[in-house]
Amino acid sequence: MKLSRLLLVLLALACSAVFVAACGDDEEEQPASTPSQSDSGSGGKIERNDANAEVSLTIGSKNFTEQKVLGEIYAQGLEAAGYSINKDLNLGDQDTALAAVKSGEISAYPEYTGTALLAFFGKQADELPKDPQEAYEEAKAGFEADGLVALPPTPFTSSNEVAVTKETADELGLKTISDLEGKSQDLTLYGSPECRQRLDCLLGLQQVYGLKFKKFTPVDIAQRHEVLTSGRADVSIVFTTDPQIQREQEVLLEDDKGMFPPYNSTLVMKKETADEAGADLAKTVELIQEQLTDENMQELNARVDLDKKDPAQVAEEYLTETGLIGGN
Amino acid sequence: MSTTLAFLGDFGDAFDYIFHSRESQAGGARVGGSELLPLLWTHLKVTGAAMGIAIAIALPIGLALGHTGRGAFATISVSNVGRAVPSIALIAFFVAFFPRTPEFWNVTVALALLAIPPILTNAFVGVRQVSRDAVDAARGMGMSGTQIVRSVELPLALPLIFGGIKTSTVNVIATATIAPLVGVLTLGDPIISGTVHGRAGQIGASIVVALLAVLAELALSAVQRAVTPTGVKLEKGASARASRLGTLKRRIQTVP
Repeated sequence: MKLSRLLLVLLALACSAVFVAACGDDEEEQPASTPSQSDSGSGGKIERNDANAEVSLTIGSKNFTEQKVLGEIYAQGLEAAGYSINKDLNLGDQDTALAAVKSGEISAYPEYTGTALLAFFGKQADELPKDPQEAYEEAKAGFEADGLVALPPTPFTSSNEVAVTKETADELGLKTISDLEGKSQDLTLYGSPECRQRLDCLLGLQQVYGLKFKKFTPVDIAQRHEVLTSGRADVSIVFTTDPQIQREQEVLLEDDKGMFPPYNSTLVMKKETADEAGADLAKTVELIQEQLTDENMQELNARVDLDKKDPAQVAEEYLTETGLIGGN
Repeated sequence: MSTTLAFLGDFGDAFDYIFHSRESQAGGARVGGSELLPLLWTHLKVTGAAMGIAIAIALPIGLALGHTGRGAFATISVSNVGRAVPSIALIAFFVAFFPRTPEFWNVTVALALLAIPPILTNAFVGVRQVSRDAVDAARGMGMSGTQIVRSVELPLALPLIFGGIKTSTVNVIATATIAPLVGVLTLGDPIISGTVHGRAGQIGASIVVALLAVLAELALSAVQRAVTPTGVKLEKGASARASRLGTLKRRIQTVP
């Protein structure tokens, strides 16, 4: 386990280092758009409560960009609320992260409602609720049975998506996942290693859509767009909030049979942790999440993946630009 | 909890994983047992291709350098510095810079680079340690440079050359386990994707890889015996026995 995590980190590092070189020249300058501030100005600032300093929290996250950014945002936001914060932001997949919460290695990490229902609570792809709130309630109940608390979810959803290049979509006339029928046996699908046993991934494509692919190749999740643009993959499993989708002109196939459940992110922690941290925790998290819309999350991911900024810096930008911290 | 028992328990489960296929950790996919065969096949293909490339490059260079004794320091230094580059970085490098090349070849080339230094160094040392008397005698008999290399230096250097090939093969077999990170499904897949194959898969695949390394070493020793001329076997006597036991060759290999 340890070794595999180390290897993944090394690979991710090496890949990202090389990514800079590979993408440097063909990336057009990106206008620095700002996460839109709510004009109502309702949210206001995170208020510091010095009493919270006695509560020490370790914020964790899984091992991809969005999770790291989320982890940083929670960490810095909660720090602004006065908590003593540690970070452990590269925990591998969902099973590793959940085990870390249960063992107390970390206090909390953001998990997606859909992932939780499918991967932790044995839901079948066809029994998943389509409504985000319903999905959250079910996930929350599941976590509760394990002695865990799931705070209210983010506005954004980050589900898996089936992506193809524009050329492939045009050539084969693909708009929906169902359109792959009769064509998938000639196509190569790339996804994460876990994809093989996930109902919102390869397994769902096989069972819900009855698709058979020429070959499924598991790769490190960091390569999900590179495999498409390099032409190695015909079809790749990506995330809704991936910034590359627009930049690389990828086409997301519509999930016409409703295979992908809502994937809003919810902060998961032990009940003791939530109790110890008090009411400020939930209040701060709610404030932090208010502006985490699909667009903003895409933008934040873009700043890390495409503009090569540090997740910590991007998180700080988010908190500052939305007026949650800083200012007067 | 008795750790010894838990240890054995994991091992028992690992053997079960090796011999019988089972549901993946979260269900939905079959892992272990006969499902390991395609992984084993890919592992062998990657190893074979990488070793083929490495031998094709390193052996002629090593023999030539040993024969002439020129440029050896530079070449062997460069090749040894190459050993310091982590294989995983090499693989990531190749995949990133040659994204259109099939992953299989990117991984193979990276592994070949890993395999070159021991072969090159051993071939060089092997030829250099051939008795000068034997080489002079051959020259006195009117043999050309190529003939000397083929009929005198190469046979006498065989034990060391095979030492290098064996070292490289074992290295490559072990390192090929990181190939699944870039989509080449070797026996490393159960080790890397623990959430799919479970702990039994991680240990089971490790056992299979270790066995593979031992088998490769034995097979190469058999090949070595088969290709060593009888005359050399008789003549070398004590030192040949020592090198066949693996003591001599491994010690010399570290001396460039």
